[in-house]
Amino acid sequence: MKNPAKEIKREAFEKEFKSKRFNFGFSRKHLCIPYALFLVLFVIFPLLLVVFYAFTDANGSFSVYNFIEFFSNPTKLSTLLISVLVALAVTLICLIIAYPTAMILSKMSKHTAFICLMLFITPMWINFVLRAMAMKELFYLIHLPMGSFASIVALVYDFLTFMIMPLYSTLIKMDKSLEEAALDLGANKVKVFTSVTLPLSMPGILSGAMMVFLPVMSCYVITDAFRGNNGFSVIGKLIAWNFVGENGTLVNVNGGAVIALVMLIIMFVSMWMTGGFKSENAGRGTNL
Amino acid sequence: MANEKKEKIIELIGIKREFEDGTVAVDNVDLYVRKGEFITFLGPSGCGKTTTLRMIAGFDKPTEGKILLNGEDISNLPPNMRPINTVFQRYALFPHLNVYDNIAFGLKLKKQKVTYQDENGNEIVKIEKLSKGEIAQKVEKALKMVDLEGFEKRSVATLSGGQQQRVAIARAIVNEPKILLLDEPLGALDLKMRKDMQLELKEMHRKLGITFIYVTHDQEEALTMSDTIVVMKDGVIQQIGTPTDIYNEPKNSFVADFIGESNIFSGTMVGDKKVRFIGYNFDCVDEFEKNEKVDVVVRPEDIFLMDADKGQVKGKIISSIFKGVHYEMVMLVGKTEVVIQDTVERKVGEEVSIIIKPNDIHIMSKEFTSNKYLGYITKKNTVVFGDGEFECDVTQLYPNSFLDDEGYLITAEGEKIDLTDVDVNVEVGLKDIEISDDQEKGGAIGNIISIIYKGDHYQLIVRTDENEEDYVFDTEYTWNVNDRVSIIIPKEKIKLTLKQEIKK
Repeated sequence: MKNPAKEIKREAFEKEFKSKRFNFGFSRKHLCIPYALFLVLFVIFPLLLVVFYAFTDANGSFSVYNFIEFFSNPTKLSTLLISVLVALAVTLICLIIAYPTAMILSKMSKHTAFICLMLFITPMWINFVLRAMAMKELFYLIHLPMGSFASIVALVYDFLTFMIMPLYSTLIKMDKSLEEAALDLGANKVKVFTSVTLPLSMPGILSGAMMVFLPVMSCYVITDAFRGNNGFSVIGKLIAWNFVGENGTLVNVNGGAVIALVMLIIMFVSMWMTGGFKSENAGRGTNL
Repeated sequence: MANEKKEKIIELIGIKREFEDGTVAVDNVDLYVRKGEFITFLGPSGCGKTTTLRMIAGFDKPTEGKILLNGEDISNLPPNMRPINTVFQRYALFPHLNVYDNIAFGLKLKKQKVTYQDENGNEIVKIEKLSKGEIAQKVEKALKMVDLEGFEKRSVATLSGGQQQRVAIARAIVNEPKILLLDEPLGALDLKMRKDMQLELKEMHRKLGITFIYVTHDQEEALTMSDTIVVMKDGVIQQIGTPTDIYNEPKNSFVADFIGESNIFSGTMVGDKKVRFIGYNFDCVDEFEKNEKVDVVVRPEDIFLMDADKGQVKGKIISSIFKGVHYEMVMLVGKTEVVIQDTVERKVGEEVSIIIKPNDIHIMSKEFTSNKYLGYITKKNTVVFGDGEFECDVTQLYPNSFLDDEGYLITAEGEKIDLTDVDVNVEVGLKDIEISDDQEKGGAIGNIISIIYKGDHYQLIVRTDENEEDYVFDTEYTWNVNDRVSIIIPKEKIKLTLKQEIKK
């Protein structure tokens, strides 16, 4: 005769055996462990490190000296201001060129649009330092002097695609009947653009602006290559200089961390101001 | 109808729209709409109804032809210059504006002439925009019209489908257009809501008194709402008429089939006001030439079910479905199915008979372009149709296929298919049939029942005995009616298509 207590024990064991032994206690949520580890190691930890260095001096004790130093140094502040202005200008120029381009692309047949998009995208697959150097050669060829103008042209060239792509993806997704509805209600072509197309493509504009404005501020490789004798430099150069001296040794980690933190805050503020954190705008950009 | 006295508001003359890829969406459309009329373009998807509407709205330009509004050519006028507003299929509400701003969109752009008097008493005419107060008043009125008072500040994204629909209608009618275009506006609503909106739209049409041009593929919707229906197919107008006309007097089998349930039989005129179909000579009211091949339309509700032996044609019920108000039954007569609607149910398998009154038989002449039959393939890879068996080329059913030694079909992909008993559609052209006195020579045998002289040739009809299958063809030779002949069709002239995919 079977022992009922023994039976129950057996069942419980089997249940445990099945769940533990064969699944190794594994469930779907455990798949996020590698990602969480990555996040802690390469995102959160470095960020905390930057904050730590910004608020300490060379000896490792707490100090706000580096902040005072940065905000009272006219050279550093003017570099920051110039960076912001240059980034604004480049963003604006990119927008002015990219918007009509994206509009034309969105009205093309899928096939032609794809070919044209590839013409914009393929150069992005080439290392951008290499691209900058090629551009420089081109400028020599057409006798364009190095300087502020050349820097801006080079920056616009480098970031234009990042503006076109989100704009294109927003415009292509836009319901064409909305423009027709506006036309139907008596709006002329200009009015249709200002009252329907433009406001509805705002997510694309913002997304594109973010993808141009912020990187331009730190893109010192281009400004270095094109500044010549009287050009400008961007804030990214300042950070690099603070961290890495001429022979690759750490120079002023704490000072550099402060500038990096200031940049970070500027990014957050601009994101927040343009509504970049709103969930409805998630994924508004497009992958290259 | 009162409308018939009113003048034409819009007129389409010889309209053709050919797209860049060469497809013709609309061809040779001539029609006019009277002021205040509710007209519906009805047809299956791809029939050109929406394209026609878009040309009236101005989103599309006709390749050929003219569109006249009150007698003036507006073919090249952009949409914003036309006194016409549209309710779009998926509403096309502006997602970045609230309900009020959506409706006020057109009003804010509108300019009107205002007459002033200066100090000297001279009249000055100025063109001004509407004041905020005027706009608010009009929006309020429009919202009241569509039962959406109090929704002004709501975002359109928070509205239900029906409410969005109402906003779309309000946005269009607030501009007081001369013509309101509605492009399948109720397509996205559920059945109950759609029925309610149909009545509301009709009521709105009555109140506003403006011309409505409505596009739908739903025949019931068209019948319920319209003063006039334009039935379209493949870009060509099939029939224009009142709902009653279209329903009771369809011009061709397409219209008959599209508007409501109907039985369409192929028949032959056998005498003065006598038509033969489903094996019986019915009296009818339409006059056609004797022996002419015709399409016969009978509405299911017009067929009276009787006990066997009492009616004109006997048959057997093969299916019966309860549909709420009535039962929909299918009776089999020979090989033909007859759909009947009746409130009294007859059981499946019951022998019954039917009576069709002359008035309920609608006859339309048939354009005869080719002989069509249903057939099947035999073991010997011949085809049986029209009471006969013919040699045929079965490899045409699959491109690049061939027959192996055992008679199986090998497809281009190398699959082996047994075609025995596969149902096929058979088509034989009018010029591809020959007849012979030698009854052994052909695949089917029948009597010549009609010879019509067509100028340079004769058109003959040979009818078989068993199932009264007809072979229609042209010949240059003279024959006599009632000659007994056999039908010869060259192997390569028999066009076969699969009735349905073969399971491999």
